[in-house]
Amino acid sequence: MQKQEIIVKNETGLHARPAAMIVKIASRFQSNIIFAKEDHEANAKSMMGIMALGAAKGERIEIRIEGADEKEAMDAMISLFESNFGE
Amino acid sequence: MYKGIGASPGIAVGKVLLFKKEDIVIESGAVDDVEKEQNRFHGALKKTREQIEEIKRRTLAEQQAILDAHLMILEDPELIGGVEGAIRAEKLNAEAALEKVMNMFIAIFESMENGYMKERAADIRDVGERLLMNLLGKELPNLAKLKEPVIIVAHDLTPSDTAQLDRENVLGFVTDIGGRTSHSAIMARTMEIPAVVGLKDITQHVKNGDILVFDGEEGIVLVNPEDALVREYARKREEQLQAKKELRKLINSSTISTDGRKVELGCNIGNPKDAKKADENGAEGIGLYRTEFLYMDRTSLPTEEEQLEAYKAVLEIMGKRPVIIRTLDIGGDKELPYMNLPKEMNPFLGYRAIRICLDRKEIFKTQLRALLRAGIYGNLKIMYPMISSVEEVRAANKILEEAKQELQHEGKDYASNIAVGIMVEIPAAAVISDMLAREVDFFSIGTNDLIQYTTAVDRMNEKIAHLYNPFHPALLRLIKLVIDNGHKAGIWVGMCGEAAGDKRLIPVFLGMGLDELSMGAGSILPARKQIQSLSYEEMKVVADQVLQMDTAEEIEKFVTKLCK
Repeated sequence: MQKQEIIVKNETGLHARPAAMIVKIASRFQSNIIFAKEDHEANAKSMMGIMALGAAKGERIEIRIEGADEKEAMDAMISLFESNFGE
Repeated sequence: MYKGIGASPGIAVGKVLLFKKEDIVIESGAVDDVEKEQNRFHGALKKTREQIEEIKRRTLAEQQAILDAHLMILEDPELIGGVEGAIRAEKLNAEAALEKVMNMFIAIFESMENGYMKERAADIRDVGERLLMNLLGKELPNLAKLKEPVIIVAHDLTPSDTAQLDRENVLGFVTDIGGRTSHSAIMARTMEIPAVVGLKDITQHVKNGDILVFDGEEGIVLVNPEDALVREYARKREEQLQAKKELRKLINSSTISTDGRKVELGCNIGNPKDAKKADENGAEGIGLYRTEFLYMDRTSLPTEEEQLEAYKAVLEIMGKRPVIIRTLDIGGDKELPYMNLPKEMNPFLGYRAIRICLDRKEIFKTQLRALLRAGIYGNLKIMYPMISSVEEVRAANKILEEAKQELQHEGKDYASNIAVGIMVEIPAAAVISDMLAREVDFFSIGTNDLIQYTTAVDRMNEKIAHLYNPFHPALLRLIKLVIDNGHKAGIWVGMCGEAAGDKRLIPVFLGMGLDELSMGAGSILPARKQIQSLSYEEMKVVADQVLQMDTAEEIEKFVTKLCK
């Protein structure tokens, strides 16, 4: 299992467009990808799940990935967050 | 009189059509045949998807993004998994399982503090309602075909209701719930129909056929007012429509000052859909086609063929009118995750735009090949962004030549005589614009970056936002320099930054001699009307006066007074 904490840096937080980008990229991997904020968890392949986390700018999220391609999936998730979702 | 929230300006006078949806009662009993319920649920998912896709085909571009989000909800694993789980574990029928999962999501979104997120509950409710009706084999009422002009009175209008609205016959709408940023309010403004929302219980106070009068600016609604008032509002409405009509009349007219100086009004666009809007608003060309959208929201670079299609689509909409396509401008604040560009301390002074293109030639050449090939479908011009030196223009042109030769060898059709220009957005380019003018066919001044680079003000930094100022004398002086140098070399000079659509600066730019102004679609007709009322000779004097002023404040005051 891969685990990594990141901070949401883009201005609008994880609203529809970033959530859609996360789902698009997460869905390319077989691994199970979970975002956890405090005691809430969301499936990163679910747009509603991610948006329901309500993660705003400056908040911490833990990414947990388990599966055959967990390493690649983690790299892809981190570079997506680092890109600020193109904002 | 009822008072709500003015959501979309304009006056409406007309007959009421109450739009009501039936209350659905869900019978929840334990089911034996779990398999059958799962199949019913998946059948409803499929049917709902088809319906939304059909609505999407018939609606405005602005609505399509929302309907795309609805389609994503339908594919959401949490929703599908949740409903399947509830059917399997709790032996619920599909309706009850769906309602349970939807209500859970709606409750989460509604409890959020962020207004935008709260609004998303409406999307989930909209999709859920449609799914439920399909499960029950019922049809949702819609407002797609109305017999006569009416004012819609509803508890709320969902995104799919507004997407289907019969725009010919809807004079306006008023609703019980909603705020200025509700979906229905935003769509009313986009469709330019008057609306008042947040009236609490207006549906309880009117019936079909009542006469309603309302003002979408003030948020005031009158039910069956006396005749004199109806006439008064009808007259006001007529005046507003007249003013709008006057503006619409200018769609096919040229933009010429009172003393015969012609200016071309272009539109800034980001995709082929925007080009339609440009066309509908009387654009004389596309002054800036940002190609970044082709590269964003995806996981790999777009192919030559994909790009060709997007460029061709815009060229075909614009016909003989010029379309200036800016080559890839990423980096700075626009990043592409799949390119793995390193983080930089100063991204705006870093690896971006033409700098990336000259370094990663294969990316640039693919785009240039697509542009050259698209050139045969219309009046295409190529524009390089972020040019700071003559060398860069020559290097870019060299790659353009290589692209031409490749296409020649491959026997592919392409336009060989495409005009090539640069965006002047770095002060260095403005300062040596006399030299650059010998290398290119046109200049387009990009004010957004030119202000930022000239005054060393990061336009994203809120702390110093007040220093980001289009009236700064240094900026206006640079603009004048670029125009004069371009004209001396016999090339035309345009502008595609935000300042180009600013009515306070348009007189100054006209006087300075700009040949083209490119702006958002909504600004084109007002700008045309303005220029048609100005004298070029007089504005020359105004521009000279402005160039003598010492402070941005003085300039802003002067030009603001001038355009009143």
